[in-house]
Amino acid sequence: MGKRVAIVGFGQTYQRSSRKDVNGVELINEAVNTALADAELTIRDIDAVVIGNMDHFEGINYVDMWSAEGAGAVMKPVIKVCTGGTTGTTVAMCAYYHVASGMFKRVLAIGWEKNSESDTTGAIITAFHPVWERPTLGGAVAGLAIEASKYMANYGATERDGARVAVRERLHALNNPFAHLHQEWMKGIPVDQLVDLLVGSEQNAMLAYPLRMSDMCPRTDGAAAVIFAAEGTAEKIAPVPAWVHATANSHNFVYAGDVNMDRNTTIAEASKKVFKKAGIKEPLKEIDVCELYLPYSYAGLKWIEDIGFCAYGEGPRLLWDGVTDMDGELPVNPSGGVMSSNAIGATALIRVGEAALQVMGRAGTRQVKGGDVNLALATGFGGCYWGDVMLLGKKKPS
Amino acid sequence: MSKIAIVGVGQTTCTSSREDTFEEMVFEAATKALADAGAEVGDIDNVVTVSNDFWDGRTISSMAVQEAAGSWGKDVSTVEGDGTFGAFYGMMRILSGSFDTTLVVSHMKGSESIMNLITNAMFDPIYQRGLGIDATSAAALQARSYMAMSGATEEDFARVSVKNHGNARNNPYAQLPLKVSVRDVLASRKIAEPLKLLDCSPIGDGAAAIVLSNRKGLKRFKKDPVWIKGVAHCADAFNLGYRDLAKSRALKAAAKKAYKAAGIQKPLSDLDVAELYDAYSYMELMWYEGLGFAPEGKGYELIRSGATGMKGELPVNPSGGVLSSHPVLVAGMVRLVEATLQVRGEAGKRQVKGAKTALAHGINGPCGQAHCVFIVGA
Repeated sequence: MGKRVAIVGFGQTYQRSSRKDVNGVELINEAVNTALADAELTIRDIDAVVIGNMDHFEGINYVDMWSAEGAGAVMKPVIKVCTGGTTGTTVAMCAYYHVASGMFKRVLAIGWEKNSESDTTGAIITAFHPVWERPTLGGAVAGLAIEASKYMANYGATERDGARVAVRERLHALNNPFAHLHQEWMKGIPVDQLVDLLVGSEQNAMLAYPLRMSDMCPRTDGAAAVIFAAEGTAEKIAPVPAWVHATANSHNFVYAGDVNMDRNTTIAEASKKVFKKAGIKEPLKEIDVCELYLPYSYAGLKWIEDIGFCAYGEGPRLLWDGVTDMDGELPVNPSGGVMSSNAIGATALIRVGEAALQVMGRAGTRQVKGGDVNLALATGFGGCYWGDVMLLGKKKPS
Repeated sequence: MSKIAIVGVGQTTCTSSREDTFEEMVFEAATKALADAGAEVGDIDNVVTVSNDFWDGRTISSMAVQEAAGSWGKDVSTVEGDGTFGAFYGMMRILSGSFDTTLVVSHMKGSESIMNLITNAMFDPIYQRGLGIDATSAAALQARSYMAMSGATEEDFARVSVKNHGNARNNPYAQLPLKVSVRDVLASRKIAEPLKLLDCSPIGDGAAAIVLSNRKGLKRFKKDPVWIKGVAHCADAFNLGYRDLAKSRALKAAAKKAYKAAGIQKPLSDLDVAELYDAYSYMELMWYEGLGFAPEGKGYELIRSGATGMKGELPVNPSGGVLSSHPVLVAGMVRLVEATLQVRGEAGKRQVKGAKTALAHGINGPCGQAHCVFIVGA
């Protein structure tokens, strides 16, 4: 049996479309210093560092080595992990395993991306098979458009249902000073009317049916750092540590043609593993808040079904009933989520950090349930249809 | 430590250009490691793959190999760095209590890569890349710096090349088994002063895999366990100018921790064999010092005296080392595979008689910025 592990500090940069004032290493350093200050630690207290991003976005190879000075990794063990969109949660899980193994007491997890220096879609296309996939189904938007179409066909969901998710994410982002997209114009307009505007406006360009600009995540510059600590140490650092109750990854297919687009099977499998470990039987009732890696709107309908918050096809009902809004039974993405800020290598780590803030009761203007959060769920999605799930809680896991 | 064991190892032959795809190479290495362990893919609880997007020319490079690594339905992760770092993570995942067994697999197709461009891309994009610096020209700076500090000569570097290429003749997996003399090495084509062709490793194709298990998982496997007695890694600063290139303090720090865990006090005599990451000939001498085989600046004495030859006190790189085959990222894992084979007494013609405790070493970054040291034993 490994050690119990908790999150004791979180730092993120302001997520912006272009941070011209800093280079990559400086951006990383900003997040690291913020996290250290948050935990009232110095870099000397850190035993090991885990870092992740996507190499081809900034065109920098061996990022763990290149960033050593900014990451605070000089004369420390540092490992780079990279799994595409899941990179941030992969980093978090790697840091968790560092501490749970008993080999390290305080581990710094870093995710970052400077998309303003990248041709993001150009780089993503090279993730796919050079002969079979790149000419036909490369990049991020195309595959997601197929998934959305299929969901609409299977369950009768509409473009308005997709837009309802986008509206929630963008409204929540208005509470988060760190979020990239602050769509102030949305303030004070009823949700119904916002949805109508998104699906009816010609200015909201169609990218690939049914996905419009408003259905997708932005490309963001940003970095995040989360500090994990072992039982015995964690309690001394944070007044309310966010304990890791369970974490799991699931992977199945590599080729897009093999993937069953009907359901998100990896996020479903990973959730099942986590709920089994943590003894969660009714996720909707037992979990208090979620920070989900939803890179586009329809994921906010379908994937919450795969996690097990409701039956297949019921996602839209949850959304329209307001269950996932700030004051709902299960607030989803109080931070504004991926659709409001997407510094890709940092994105999934921000989900973990934001979930930790909710548990610690320190999420400020985006805090839900008056700080009374016992369990918070964070997910990552990406790579080859990989699903990462981490469940955090206020009570020490048994 | 002796909590985690290596129960299966597999490696492909290394060549300058294999026709296999990434998937086929990974499948071969993973299948060999499982067969070696007497296990099937169902005996594996989780998988760690090792790859690098630049070397593979593919974003999310781990995507290309997951099916071949037997990851379907499993918990997986990917380390970008040398295979030894992947093995380290695979071990921690077991120690956490979440898994009993891990498969770690690493692959490289140097034949589809342009080393100069790919390693140029690890340097600062504004101030350094334009100078054309790459892994080899940076290594040349380090070699010069080391010569000035230690008094080691180009002949000493050549002796390493002669020894390792000669050892490779006993290794059926090696890419460049050669019978060469010091004079041949010195006369080989200049690559970057003071490094000649035979001072530099051949970037090639290959894959390697290991199966790790805790005590509870051992009953799934038929092979006698080789235990990880101690392991540690450490990184130095990135900027070459911030480091004393002639001395490897990161290796010293990693070795100290690994030795402490393994109870090694006098490495030269306590260890029976060592497999080091000699990407360039001079590196082996520097690593002797970092690992405490020789005092600082005196590494060359070991190669001059033959202490690290096959019949010496501590044979280093009986496999021929990285100088004889260099699939980047894989090479460190091959060191671990070779160390395991030595401890088992299964290293064939390259076997060091009676080897019980072996050291495997991997590096990451320019001029050996980061080092990972494994001590394994029966």
